[in-house]
Amino acid sequence: MVSAAVGVTGRAARPVSRRGVLGLLRSTGVAGMASAVVIAVATVLAVFGPLLAPYNPKLPDLGMAWIGPTGGHLLGFDFEGRDVLSRLLAGAQSSMIGPLAVVAGSMVLGAVLAVIAGWRQGPLDTVISAGLDILFAFPGILLAVLAAAVFGAGLTAAAVALSIAYMPYVARVLRGAAMKERGQPYVAALEVQGASGTSICLRHIVPNMLPLIVAQATIMFGWAMVDLAAISFLGLGVQPPAPNWGVMISENQPGILQGYPLPSLAAGVCIVGVVIAFNVLGERLFEQAQAARQ
Amino acid sequence: MTGRKGRGPGAGQGDATAAASRGPLLAVDGLTVQLPVEGEHRVVLRDVSLEIRQGEAVGLVGESGSGKSMTARAIDRLLPRGAQVQGQIRFDGRDVSELSGGQLRSYRNRVAMIFQDPRAHVNPVRRIGDFMTEALRTNLGVPAAEAQRKAADILGQVGIEDGRRRLRQYPHELSGGMLQRVMIAAALLTQPALVLADEPTTALDVTTQAEVMAILDELRRGYGLGMLFITHDLELAAAICDRTIVMYAGQVVEVRESALLHSDPLHPYTAALAAARPDIEQRASRLRAIPGRPLSAFEAPAGQCAFAPRCPHALAPCLAAVPELTELDGGLSRCVRVTELRGELEAADA
Repeated sequence: MVSAAVGVTGRAARPVSRRGVLGLLRSTGVAGMASAVVIAVATVLAVFGPLLAPYNPKLPDLGMAWIGPTGGHLLGFDFEGRDVLSRLLAGAQSSMIGPLAVVAGSMVLGAVLAVIAGWRQGPLDTVISAGLDILFAFPGILLAVLAAAVFGAGLTAAAVALSIAYMPYVARVLRGAAMKERGQPYVAALEVQGASGTSICLRHIVPNMLPLIVAQATIMFGWAMVDLAAISFLGLGVQPPAPNWGVMISENQPGILQGYPLPSLAAGVCIVGVVIAFNVLGERLFEQAQAARQ
Repeated sequence: MTGRKGRGPGAGQGDATAAASRGPLLAVDGLTVQLPVEGEHRVVLRDVSLEIRQGEAVGLVGESGSGKSMTARAIDRLLPRGAQVQGQIRFDGRDVSELSGGQLRSYRNRVAMIFQDPRAHVNPVRRIGDFMTEALRTNLGVPAAEAQRKAADILGQVGIEDGRRRLRQYPHELSGGMLQRVMIAAALLTQPALVLADEPTTALDVTTQAEVMAILDELRRGYGLGMLFITHDLELAAAICDRTIVMYAGQVVEVRESALLHSDPLHPYTAALAAARPDIEQRASRLRAIPGRPLSAFEAPAGQCAFAPRCPHALAPCLAAVPELTELDGGLSRCVRVTELRGELEAADA
C-alpha cells in the first residue's frame, strides 16, 4: 500500500495516451495492479465462463443436494444438487454484464448532463443541478424495486433503474470538471478560432475529462455489482434457475443455518473479491486523475 | 452576451452595403461594457470608439486594467457571461452583436485572436496538428490531408522548419516562442481580415519577442491584414503600428499617428507613459513612475477627467467635467488643456 501511494504522486501530469495502459496501471502501484489482475480474470470468466463450466449449471440432481467438495466437484453441490463451481463460472456473465450496463448507462447520461450544465451554465445549470439533487433523494434499490413492480422482475429493469439512480453521482463529479475545463483559456482560443460549442465539448472537454470518467466508472462498477447482487438476492433481478452470484447467495441461504455454508459463501467471495478489486483500482485512478488536474 | 441594451449614437447611419464598400473594416462606436461583480455592475469600458481600416495596424496601449484586453474580447464576442454591452461594433458593415451560431463562427474565422500566453491557450493533450487544423476541418470543411498540408506550409512561413514533424508534436515539446509562432500560424490559417493581437510577446523573452514581432509584422503586411495590437510597450506600438490609441481607465484618451506619439503627445498621460520608460542611452538614478496607481474604469472619479488625480498639469477645469475627445492636428485628445500644454508635454518628456 505504501509503495502504491508513492507511485501515485509521481508522474501524473502526462497524458494517458502517451503512457499507454500498462504505464498507467504500473503507476497505480501493487494494489492497483493486483486489482487489475482480478478484474481481468473476472472479465475472461464473464466471456468464456459458460464454456469453461465442467458440468451443466442448471441441471438439478436432488440426490446430491448439500454434498461438500468431492473428486471432480471442487466446491461441492448446492441445494438442488448442482455443481457450485459450474454455477459460479456460468454466473460470472450475468454478474458482470449487469454492472457494466449500469456503468455505461449512468456514465453516458451523467456525462451528457454534466457537459451541458458546465458549458451553458446560468439558468440551465441551475435546473439540471436541482434535478440531480432531487434524484439524489432516491436510493438505487428503491428505484429498482419500483422498476421491478412496473416492468416485471429481471436484469434489464434493475439495470435501468440503477443507471438512473447512479447518474447524479456521475453528473455531480463531472459537472465540476466540465466547469473548470470550460474556464480554461484554450477553450476561449478555440471559440475564437470559430469552433462550435458541440465540437469543443466532444473533441476537447470530454476527452480531457476522460481520466476522471474512467476512474469514476471503475468505482461505480463495484457499487453496481453489490446493488445488483442485493436486487437478485431479493428476487427482483436475475431469475432462478439462471446462474448468477447474487441469486446463488440467496437460494443457498438455508445452507448457512444447516451447516453447508460453502455454496452461498463461494458466490459471496466472488462478489466481494471483484468489488474490492474495482474499488481499489478506481480509487487509485481517481487519485491519479485529481493529481493530473490540480 | 446577454443583456444587450440600446444602441450607440451612430446606430442608424447609412445602409450596410454602402458602408461595406467604403467604410472601415472594423468600427467600434460608443462601446460601454459593464461586468457583474458581486451583484453590482462595474463599468470596465466607457464610450470607446475606434476604427481599423483594411490593412491598417492600430496599437492599443495603456496600463493594466485600462480596458485594452476587454476591448479586444468585446470585439470577438468573448466577454464573460452577464456582461452588459452598449454601443455598436461593426465589422465589414455588419453589426457584430446580431451574429449567432454559424455566422458568429465564420465572423470569428475572419477576426483571429492571438493571446498573450500561448501555453494556456492550446489544449495540452492534443497534438499541434489537431489544434491548427481544427477550424479548417470542422468549420470550413477542408479535408484532413489538405488541412495538414496547409498547416505545414504556414508553419514554414512563421519560420518553423520541418512542419510535418511539428504537427505531430504536443504543446509541451515546443518552446514558448515556438508555440507563439504556432498560434500566429493558426490564426492566419483561416485567412482572417483582422488580427487581434493581445500582448502576443509579453510572455516571451526579449530576443524571442523581437523575432516573433518581426514575423507577425511581416506576415501582416504580406497578407494585407488589419491588426489591433495590444501592448504595454509604447515604443513597440510606435514601431509597428500606423496609429496608436492610448487608453486610461476604460476610456480612449488619445489617438495619434504612431510616429508623432512620442515626440508630440496630445495627452499628459501619454507623455507620462513615454517618460516612464527607461532609456538605454541615459543613466537614470530613478525611474520616473507616474504617481498614484492605475485606475479601473469603475474606480475613476465621476464628472471629471479620469487622469486628473495623477496628472501633474491638472487645474480647476480638469475637475469640472469629463473632457470630450476632441480633434487636434490629425489626432484626438481627451484633455481640456491640450492646446496650452502641447509644448510643455514635450519638455516634460525630454
